[in-house]
Amino acid sequence: MIEWTGAIVQGVLLGGLYALFAAGLSLIFGVMRLVNIAHGDLIILAAYMGLTTTVMLGVHPFLALLIVMPLMAGLGYALQRGVLNQTLGDDILPPLLVTFGLSVIIQNALLEFYTADPRKLPGGAVETASLDLGGITVGVLPLLTFGIAVAVIAGLQFVFYRTSLGRGFRAVSDNQDIAQLMGLNKAHVFGLAMALALAVVAIAGILLGMRTSFDPAIGGGRLIFGFEAVIIGGLGNLWGTLAGGVILGVAQTLGAKIDPGYQILAGHIAFLIVLAVRPNGLFPRVEH
Amino acid sequence: MPEATLTLSNLDAHYGDFQALYGLDLELAAGEVVAVIGANGAGKTTLMRSISGLLRNRPDAVRYRGQPIGAMRADQVAALGIALVPEGRQLFPSLSVEENLMIGGKVGRAGPWDLGKVYELFPILEERKAQASTSLSGGQQQMVAIGRALMANPDLILFDEISLGLAPVVIRQIYQALPSIVGEGMTAMIVEQDIAQALAMSSRVFCLMEGRIALEGRTEDVTHDQITAAYFGVEA
Ligand SMILES: Nc1ncnc2c1ncn2[C@@H]1O[C@H](COP(=O)(O)OP(=O)(O)OP(=O)(O)O)[C@@H](O)[C@H]1O
Ligand SMILES: [Mg+2]
Repeated sequence: MIEWTGAIVQGVLLGGLYALFAAGLSLIFGVMRLVNIAHGDLIILAAYMGLTTTVMLGVHPFLALLIVMPLMAGLGYALQRGVLNQTLGDDILPPLLVTFGLSVIIQNALLEFYTADPRKLPGGAVETASLDLGGITVGVLPLLTFGIAVAVIAGLQFVFYRTSLGRGFRAVSDNQDIAQLMGLNKAHVFGLAMALALAVVAIAGILLGMRTSFDPAIGGGRLIFGFEAVIIGGLGNLWGTLAGGVILGVAQTLGAKIDPGYQILAGHIAFLIVLAVRPNGLFPRVEH
Repeated sequence: MPEATLTLSNLDAHYGDFQALYGLDLELAAGEVVAVIGANGAGKTTLMRSISGLLRNRPDAVRYRGQPIGAMRADQVAALGIALVPEGRQLFPSLSVEENLMIGGKVGRAGPWDLGKVYELFPILEERKAQASTSLSGGQQQMVAIGRALMANPDLILFDEISLGLAPVVIRQIYQALPSIVGEGMTAMIVEQDIAQALAMSSRVFCLMEGRIALEGRTEDVTHDQITAAYFGVEA
């Protein structure tokens, strides 16, 4: 019994990481209806940037965030204004094709610079430390990851619903023309949204890199997990995204408990069940 | 002659192959209130979209205080002090009433209008400020749309059919508020199907017909027959 409870707790914590994968995806889709196929590869790019920073400066991966986050945010802004804005319009196909191309470019560039060898971020003591919670042993890093995920979602929620920037995001999402009449330059607002999304991607990438080894090819899988968390939680609802990540994480760890080979499959099955029962996800956005 | 607030010269507008406006010339003096009338599809909304930057033109097709703005984006035009109250209100559904108003102030121009003054003008909005804008009645939504435009402290304000779909008593209420708005030195252009209402507010009137100005004159000079002729394209 305690073993199953343990698996559920691990799953919940894993869900925090998936929610971090999903948050940026959800934000971008919410603001500009852009489905970013390169999202997973950007997570891996951030992990590699974290690797280079830790190696070059000899700092802990958490400190590397101070460099990787602004870099990713800047990259996001430049990418949005330089490339992605031009693809947005009534047709949803161009942004899909362009971000797919971007995904291929990032993977190949990473392969070129870092080779296909699996790498890992040196987390030090925090990686192996664990706590005993009433008979269930939980790692400090997964616990920390979950805490960071909750904090990030709360932060995004605050930005979205309590700040002038967030008002701009929602206004542009509602009606681009009228938002423009209010003095909002949508090209700039979209750039800021992508910058914010990639800042979150930086956090997700560093936490992923400390938790497991990574190589240039695994971005696609992270994209799928992010997607599933967003869809399970319901589009446009950030707390729902956290719930979606948790459900996906729990399904995976329970699947793995039955048979290690079932981990990923169990997650997909949970996703399909939710999709079949509630096509709009469990917590679709309520207006305002 | 003092510099005009708004000058349109040879303004065309197109939607794909369809031409909606043909070589419009028009001038608004500072502080002037003009009415633009015309049948459905005459091009009134297109005219307002062209002035506010939602439709782009040659730079010199639209001048604002002498400055060519015809090719500017809408947000740049807004920053110069031109606000549009769009046809059909077009509030932001994900924003509360107060947030809709606050986003109008985003352009950050100094002036008399702020939340307090909008609430003074339309007290009901303060009572409803935390509600979703979609939960208001049509008339209340129109008040938000007007307040949202005022929050930008514009010098030129464009009203596109603010009485559309509202009950007569609500229309009267909104039009009663207008003098206290445009009385503050603003230049205004009022598009209206309710001709009597528009004429009562304005000193000059333009009648559009199929994308051209069919009649133009001082409000007290134009006759009912002239308007009918320009409106329906028949000789009176
Ligand atoms: N987005 C569009 N695409 C194509 N044609 C358009 C578009 N918007 C307007 N038109 C056409 O342009 C012409 C002028 O339209 P506009 O909306 O400016 O008229 P209006 O005078 O505001 O009419 P109403 O009184 O019905 O609001 C019409 O013939 C209309 O069909
Ligand atoms: Mg119209």
